[in-house]
Amino acid sequence: MPDPILTLTDVSLAFKGIKAINALSFTVERGEICALIGPNGAGKSSLLNILNGVYRADSGEVVFEGERFTRIRPLQAARRGIGRTFQHAALFGKLSVLDNVLAGLTRHSRTTLVEHAFGVFRDASETADFRDRAEAILAFLDLSAHRDAIVSTLSYGVQKRVDLARALVGRPTLLLLDEPMAGMNQDEKRAMSAFIADARAEFGTTIVLIEHDIGVIMDLSDHVVVLDYGRKVGDGTPEAIRTDPAVIAAYLGTPH
Amino acid sequence: MPPASASMMPAPAFLRRVIVPILPARAVMLALLVATALAVPAIASDYWLNAILIPFLIMTLAGLGLNLTMGYAGQASLGTGAFMAAGAYATYNLLLRVPELPLPVSLVLGGLIAGMVGLVVGLPSLRIKGFYLVATTLAAQFLIEWVLNQYPWFSNYASSSTISAPRLAIAGYDLSRPGGRYLLTLGTVVLVTAVAWRLVRSQTGRIWMAVRDMDTAAAVIGIPVVQAKLKAFFVGATVCGIAGALWAFAYLGTVDARSFDLDRSFQVMFVIIIGGMGSLAGSFIGAAFIVLLPILLSHVAGIAFGGAIDGGQLQNLQHILFGGLIVWLLIHEPDGLSALASRLWRRLAARA
Ligand SMILES: Nc1ncnc2c1ncn2[C@@H]1O[C@H](COP(=O)(O)OP(=O)(O)OP(=O)(O)O)[C@@H](O)[C@H]1O
Ligand SMILES: [Mg+2]
Repeated sequence: MPDPILTLTDVSLAFKGIKAINALSFTVERGEICALIGPNGAGKSSLLNILNGVYRADSGEVVFEGERFTRIRPLQAARRGIGRTFQHAALFGKLSVLDNVLAGLTRHSRTTLVEHAFGVFRDASETADFRDRAEAILAFLDLSAHRDAIVSTLSYGVQKRVDLARALVGRPTLLLLDEPMAGMNQDEKRAMSAFIADARAEFGTTIVLIEHDIGVIMDLSDHVVVLDYGRKVGDGTPEAIRTDPAVIAAYLGTPH
Repeated sequence: MPPASASMMPAPAFLRRVIVPILPARAVMLALLVATALAVPAIASDYWLNAILIPFLIMTLAGLGLNLTMGYAGQASLGTGAFMAAGAYATYNLLLRVPELPLPVSLVLGGLIAGMVGLVVGLPSLRIKGFYLVATTLAAQFLIEWVLNQYPWFSNYASSSTISAPRLAIAGYDLSRPGGRYLLTLGTVVLVTAVAWRLVRSQTGRIWMAVRDMDTAAAVIGIPVVQAKLKAFFVGATVCGIAGALWAFAYLGTVDARSFDLDRSFQVMFVIIIGGMGSLAGSFIGAAFIVLLPILLSHVAGIAFGGAIDGGQLQNLQHILFGGLIVWLLIHEPDGLSALASRLWRRLAARA
């Protein structure tokens, strides 16, 4: 039985007259891994930015968990359970891996400035609870060894995993991953794919991810949406997409 | 190592959570420091207390305040002088108009009023950052100086622009002698440092640093950036306000708006740039540098050039040397002296 968590209808976004997203409609089912593909500049990142409120759609409708929104702010989106990783490193560079992950728990924090300053009331129990949750995610993503490293000193691949840990620790219901495997070699991509699949299996998180590697997409995703110049040119299972002539013409056939 | 539980009474939460966690790690060093600090009034001359230790401690406190706002939360501010003035005048008026309040309460309330001023000054940070934010805090600095001069109510209609501070006492103990003023300042610095130490390790501190390092990502992962910035201005200005009150009452003995001008704001900024942004220890090191170096320079210059140059030129020479040293330091150690100190410390530890 279909149970859509996210429905987009006729969503459009233009930058100075250039349509980045053009009358886009599609649906994401609860618990699925949905891949967004398309050439560079197709509007994939812009779409994620609309979903979590970094950009505002010029027109169209987004329904998340049965609630319609035209304007959501990034903070509200996060509080409603939309998590996000970034195409370009956006970690807190001078903080340790653990602190980056702990920062991702903020939406669950119930303690106040006064409790933090004087160490009273719920401060100690929340600190211990957050620490446990962060350690669990670090272990889950095989990052425990890097716990105390300053993130800016880590390799690109590890930083990508820290970004995922920071998003995942807040237990989002919808997780948006912007090219989580960009710049990785095949082994790293395989490991990252496994982590993403495990995250969905373990936490039931619905995942929308952007990825260029068609092999990864075939293995990992249940559903593929193909974008080209802001328009949808394909929408279906990975198998259906691979043989769709329109998709091949628009995307798979052209180098990116 | 279990926390020391010498007393049978359940310690107040503050002691248990704030003071005790610091103890095990650096117990010996801390005990030594405290013993030395307490012994100082008995040994040190009034000159040392008045001209060196008290200003050092108060500049440390102001540095701590600015460090929370700027070093940890990344919100650059040149309003420090204004916050110090707000704290000094607020505390003065509390002592004057509500004399029933004990001194510590007036100090804290004065600080909180300065914190409110900081909150308002921090409002533009919600829209602008970097250089433009500095410019708006600068405007606040001038505005507050102007308000304090314009409305004589703040200085209780005193005819001159300086007003003498009320007598300092806690629970009947007179603190107006140099030793007493020193202990009042020291106690304040210790307590504020303990609170700041807790704060920067808490979720609040983590959020501040997240906003500092990458504010766009911070909002996306669920950090209330607006709240975080305002809290940083509020807490930082509160600490600066307490520093301002101490500057007036424990150091100068008068409340004078001119001692909280833009020069003071710059001086405090130098404290944390030299000492280390985002480092509590850096505030101490930077304040020591700022307070001690000019004294050292004037002694050295006095010995070296003796009667050869006149006083004015000597002072210019000092300024040039001071500026040169700062530039040299920042080129070689952009993270400040605290980074240098911790590197030396690690090297020593590795050898041992
Ligand atoms: N903030 C912005 N201001 C102006 N134009 C933008 C902005 N963000 C995106 N664009 C434009 O919108 C179009 C879509 O960009 P977007 O980043 O969404 O593409 P993408 O599919 O993620 O590409 P890539 O694979 O390179 O990451 C591009 O033409 C881009 O230049
Ligand atoms: Mg992109």
